[in-house]
Amino acid sequence: MATTVGVVVFPGTNCEMDAMAAVEGLGGSARLLWHGDDELTGVDAVIVPGGFAHGDYLRPGAIARFSPMMRAVARFAAGGGPVVGICNGFQVLTEAGLLPGALQKNRGLKFLCQPTMLRVETIDSALTGRASMGAELSVPINHFEGNYTCDDEMLARLRDEDRIVLRYVDNPNGSVDDIAAVCNEGRNVVGLMPHPERACDELLGSADGAVLMSSLLAAA
Amino acid sequence: MRFDVLVDVRLRGGIADPAGATIERALPALGYDGVSGVNVGKTVRFTMEAADKAEAAARAGDLCSAFLTNPVIEDAEVTVRPAAD
Repeated sequence: MATTVGVVVFPGTNCEMDAMAAVEGLGGSARLLWHGDDELTGVDAVIVPGGFAHGDYLRPGAIARFSPMMRAVARFAAGGGPVVGICNGFQVLTEAGLLPGALQKNRGLKFLCQPTMLRVETIDSALTGRASMGAELSVPINHFEGNYTCDDEMLARLRDEDRIVLRYVDNPNGSVDDIAAVCNEGRNVVGLMPHPERACDELLGSADGAVLMSSLLAAA
Repeated sequence: MRFDVLVDVRLRGGIADPAGATIERALPALGYDGVSGVNVGKTVRFTMEAADKAEAAARAGDLCSAFLTNPVIEDAEVTVRPAAD
């Protein structure tokens, strides 16, 4: 039976269809999870997709983390279920405390929408299990607040525990230590600013994101 | 009693402030020399019912750390005073 991925939708989410199309193109099935519901049953993995959840008011993800669905996502993650937050979804997962650190405004205050090269830094995560260590992948970014930051103590922990999942080859936004993706201690929750779901077909300019999306399906 | 609460949110020391840095870099071109330490934050104002000022300050402090700030990157100063009406 196909792996079923639940894609969380908040008011203001706008990448849910891209995520579903990527999952279905790789042989999985996908269904939407409304933020106001507090149960997620029958899904094998969860994507918190990009967009502007609750208008990004106050801070990106600050209001979204109080949605009932996020309690269900936290329970799912605590049980070992694979969860990936993409772009705004990464911001939501940091605000919800499922991932460390925070996403700040980009260095230079520019909204960035461009292809970026990412390097795979660990293959022990829900997002990179099928990738090759050190592989360089072309995946687009599309964000204003993607400048990853955390304190020195957390940065040391992320390095020591091999929890930096992807780094930018040429840091576009000022992220500390070129970090593009991190995972939790259990390695089943991953957040990244780039959009692998938009790089799953050569028609879109790159299919390099497919290995990341198929890693999530395999982790389920 | 009603209290006016003012929350002054600012970035913690050591956290890069790209908005402040950009403003600071632009100032000399506008003829404003000798300005440094530009920091950009935000303020949140609201009115709160509480038995007394101490309770209002405690509840506003909780609200601040649970929601109005992200403690990873932000600090806040909370000012409480009896409502002006």
